[in-house]
Amino acid sequence: MTQLALVIDLNVCVGCHACVTSCKEWNTSGAAGPMVDQNPYGKDPTGTFFNRVQTFEVGEFPNTETVHFPKSCLHCEDPPCVPVCPTGASYKRKEDGIVLVDYDKCIGCKYCSWACPYGMREFDEAQKVMKKCTLCVDRLYDPQMTEEERRPACVRACPTSARLYGDIHDPESAVSHAIREAGGYQLMPEWGASPANHYLPRRKTTLRLRHDEIERADNPLKVDGLLPKPGKSEPSLDDVTTW
Amino acid sequence: MHPAFSVIFLTTLIGVGQGLFLALFTAQTYALFDLLPQQDSHAFYAHGSILALLFLIGGLIASFFHLGRPERAWRSATQWRTSWLSREVIVLPAFMGMVFLYGLAHFFECKPVLATLPSGIAIDLTVVIGTIAWLLAFALYVCTGMIYACLRFLREWYSSLTVINYILLGGASGFTLATVFAAVAAPELVRFFAGWAIIITLLGLVSRVASLIRNARLKPKSTLQTAIGIKHPKIVQKTQGFMGGSFNTREFFHGRSAAFLRSIKWIFLLTAFVVPVLLLATGLSGVAATELLLLAFVVQYLGLMAERWFFFAQANHPQNLYYQAIG
Repeated sequence: MTQLALVIDLNVCVGCHACVTSCKEWNTSGAAGPMVDQNPYGKDPTGTFFNRVQTFEVGEFPNTETVHFPKSCLHCEDPPCVPVCPTGASYKRKEDGIVLVDYDKCIGCKYCSWACPYGMREFDEAQKVMKKCTLCVDRLYDPQMTEEERRPACVRACPTSARLYGDIHDPESAVSHAIREAGGYQLMPEWGASPANHYLPRRKTTLRLRHDEIERADNPLKVDGLLPKPGKSEPSLDDVTTW
Repeated sequence: MHPAFSVIFLTTLIGVGQGLFLALFTAQTYALFDLLPQQDSHAFYAHGSILALLFLIGGLIASFFHLGRPERAWRSATQWRTSWLSREVIVLPAFMGMVFLYGLAHFFECKPVLATLPSGIAIDLTVVIGTIAWLLAFALYVCTGMIYACLRFLREWYSSLTVINYILLGGASGFTLATVFAAVAAPELVRFFAGWAIIITLLGLVSRVASLIRNARLKPKSTLQTAIGIKHPKIVQKTQGFMGGSFNTREFFHGRSAAFLRSIKWIFLLTAFVVPVLLLATGLSGVAATELLLLAFVVQYLGLMAERWFFFAQANHPQNLYYQAIG
């Protein structure tokens, strides 16, 4: 079974909001209708967004770190928002695990938004239905797009590749590797919703050089090892003059 | 959570309607066993059912104001296997239909005897309809309560006390209304209804205070640490990602001060429980003026609206952790 998801690397997210704007751009232009704004240029601008980037300060001055935290629907494997829906408008696709809202069935009772512990659903004040991240489901299977384009808009927009996209149930996928090897974790595990989206933690960035990266391990003639060391008093122009 | 007046009206109005019907049918059951004098079908039960129906219809109308797309409301009956809201959507009209039939049968005095108990008590059509409606009234209380009690991370609601409160508070207001109704339509039943109204109101006070104590002792399971998955004791949000409001900042915050919340708590404890009990006691003592009983109902209803407002406002949604700072 496939479970498409995002893996978001907090170690490289720079908080540029490119994913926020690209998400809005793609999804507001889609067949499902616009993500309407109210007073976009007025005093209290507001509107529907599927994706946000928040910023947290971790630690105590002066030892603080700024963590940018992109926040969108986590496409839970056991989504608490789905069973509470009285109309069946909220559903989780069997084939790829994406949680979606059928805007033609939604009655706008907002009960699903209460049932999401993460606050990932937003009520569209113009269409009067509940909306949420679709993982750009209208891109993923579009045969008119190239393979490269068949990815969520936010993933394509990210300038630092902080957003990985793939099937977390495939143990060989890039996202599964990232989760396994970089310590990927889920948000609010205490509620048992098992969110599909994972986050990669901040890591200490150190330069790690293995011995074979300095001295060629695959050097069959051991030429590297045979280089004569110049005497300390001899003139040296890098390794050129020593030949 | 942000208390929506449509839901406050829905839950309090249908609570009264259900409670009033339960009171009427309790009186009929007592009368069936000759514990209370028989009442006139037409003037008492039929008119009482109409009154109960008016409250239920009021609640139903209020519920539509909660929906973004009320024209699609019929769809909400489809997911009864998983959704308590869907179950409520089915049970509410079913209950209203049975109350209507109950009133209709009494109005036309259509009471064919369907069975006779061994002790010689005749079970007529109204008793059968009434029993079904009685079951549906309780089913409706359970559905309404479970809509809130099933959300496991809204921990103020995730408790059997939520369901018990819906039953007791709805029942209390219904029996209080029945006392007022009896003062007009069947004065000999005032003491009976006033007695039960006081008992149910006091039971409601006990369970509501129990839930207040429980909620005061709750420790949040979700913290900023689990919300963003960083295990450092000191995390501060610098920006929630936008400066204007959003659905997340409107729907899940009550937007009032802690002092306002506290004052509403004391107001509803007084007006929903203490004052009505004192006023109903005048009915119990037999010196009741209808106006005083009516006042008891009005005060209790307003108190229950405050109680419901507080019920929503007190629930602290874990998503609020993500919306702490604009910057």
